[in-house]
Amino acid sequence: MTARTHLPVGHEAIAAKGWTRAHKYLLLRRASQLCFLALFLLGPWVGIWVVQGTLAGSLILGVLPLTDPLVFLQSLIAGHWPELTAAIGAVIVLVAYALIGGRVYCSWVCPINPVTDAAHWMHRKLGLQKGWQPKRATRLWLLATVLIVSGLTGTIAWELVNPITMLHRGLIFGMGFVWAMIGAIFLFDLLVSRHGWCGHVCPVGAFYGLVGHKAMLRVSAANRSACDDCMDCFVVCPENHVISPALRGKGDATPLILSPDCTNCGRCVDVCAEDVFKFTHRFDTLPVAPPHPTAAPEPRASRVL
Amino acid sequence: MSRVGTPLSPQRRRFLQDSARAAGGCVAAGSLLAWLARDARALPAEALRPPGALPEQDFLSACIRCGLCVRDCPYDTLKLAELGVDAVATGTPYFTARDVPCEMCEDIPCVAACPTGALDPALDNIDDAKMGVAVLVDQENCLNFLGLRCDVCYRVCPVIDKAITLEASHNSRSGHHAIFAPTVHADHCTGCGVCERACVLPEAAIKVLPARLARGSSADHYRKGWEEDAPVLEGIIDLPDRLPGPGTDNLVTPGGYQPAFTLPEVTQ
Repeated sequence: MTARTHLPVGHEAIAAKGWTRAHKYLLLRRASQLCFLALFLLGPWVGIWVVQGTLAGSLILGVLPLTDPLVFLQSLIAGHWPELTAAIGAVIVLVAYALIGGRVYCSWVCPINPVTDAAHWMHRKLGLQKGWQPKRATRLWLLATVLIVSGLTGTIAWELVNPITMLHRGLIFGMGFVWAMIGAIFLFDLLVSRHGWCGHVCPVGAFYGLVGHKAMLRVSAANRSACDDCMDCFVVCPENHVISPALRGKGDATPLILSPDCTNCGRCVDVCAEDVFKFTHRFDTLPVAPPHPTAAPEPRASRVL
Repeated sequence: MSRVGTPLSPQRRRFLQDSARAAGGCVAAGSLLAWLARDARALPAEALRPPGALPEQDFLSACIRCGLCVRDCPYDTLKLAELGVDAVATGTPYFTARDVPCEMCEDIPCVAACPTGALDPALDNIDDAKMGVAVLVDQENCLNFLGLRCDVCYRVCPVIDKAITLEASHNSRSGHHAIFAPTVHADHCTGCGVCERACVLPEAAIKVLPARLARGSSADHYRKGWEEDAPVLEGIIDLPDRLPGPGTDNLVTPGGYQPAFTLPEVTQ
């Protein structure tokens, strides 16, 4: 590694594009998360009822029902056949995320994301070890476990502990001891396991990953020939195993990040000084040809992958 | 064994170890979750579910904890249980009768709001709701049982004279007054809790309890002879009933006849 890989993450991007452009999607994401929360809070706080309910189930403008499809699925497995309203809501949400990318929920909507992002930010600042890193499939195993327990106990099992709906409901209806749970997740991600909750444990993320397996919206390392190996995208990416196949692909290998684990957060787009990444659709498979094939930029850092 | 000499591949060992770890972890996590799920089934006695709520076991498979019923409750009766504060399963709706009872809206907005049917949409008449059963739990402190005419629980009852009646009896303490005992009739009681809220005592003498605590049950083979004309069992000899009325040997009634036998004179 050269000295450049030790520059603060995003340093070159800020120098090249300015702070705002180097944080564009981060800012948009925070705005989106706040917006979703604000829509739910507008009713109870100000009395403007655009949205009623919580992330588990809601009613938009008094007409459009939305239901969390994983909660719906658990209810089905637990042996309850829900009313049509809930079924319609679940289908709408399912189709939406299947199209735009399942884990868009994780990075653009989920209220736990700012918590685990904060833990990761502090983790990086403190230079901590990555700690316990269970296999990526752990969350899928957990998802299966949750569904089995739902069936065996006849309850919507994950809702007994789901920090996402608990935090969301807590903000809208009353927190109780949810703060302690959120604190525990923050500490887990900070001290026990880097990206532990969202990246390895959360079965909701695993479920939405499966939902968005063939989603349209994708990040592409289209301009990968311009990559100068600064490694910043690997540092900021919450699921950084998804980058390599696209970024390090040779020749005609697709530059699209096709892994269902990608949350479409867009941090890699932000943090890249060379504008290697962009948002596109899944049929946009051609990498941008290097302008001068023989004069590819000199790698700034020796390859580590 | 023939395989003793064959070297086992490290990948195979790795795969088996990883699978065993994952399965073990899942069993541990699943057991914990199942234990929590069992724990969540115990609904505290003072927590009442909204009207139309399915039986508790079914309710927990149906309620997605969205809070829409709470939003549509015009009297702020319903609350969502908070983690670690209320002993009710987190995020599920309930109410405490002594705080805010159910006002029994005719259009039942909470049931209409429920997207999943955890509050059964088949409930179209609020008088059929069964949120619990009021029980006069403390006769020793109830003012009516002390011989006074408090009557508040009776007066406020939305199903007055059906769900609660006042049953008069002799007041043996004073010797010349009556006791008007508030008496709950479970068939008509909706468990709304207005009586419990209204009880004037510092701690209510009448309380709404879940039916499982409030009620006994009659054994299947019990027959109330005074309610039935049919013989208890087919084939059993049914002796003629000596009822007053025409055609019987009761001389007092018009149409009564002299019996065919004479009873011996009773001498003293």
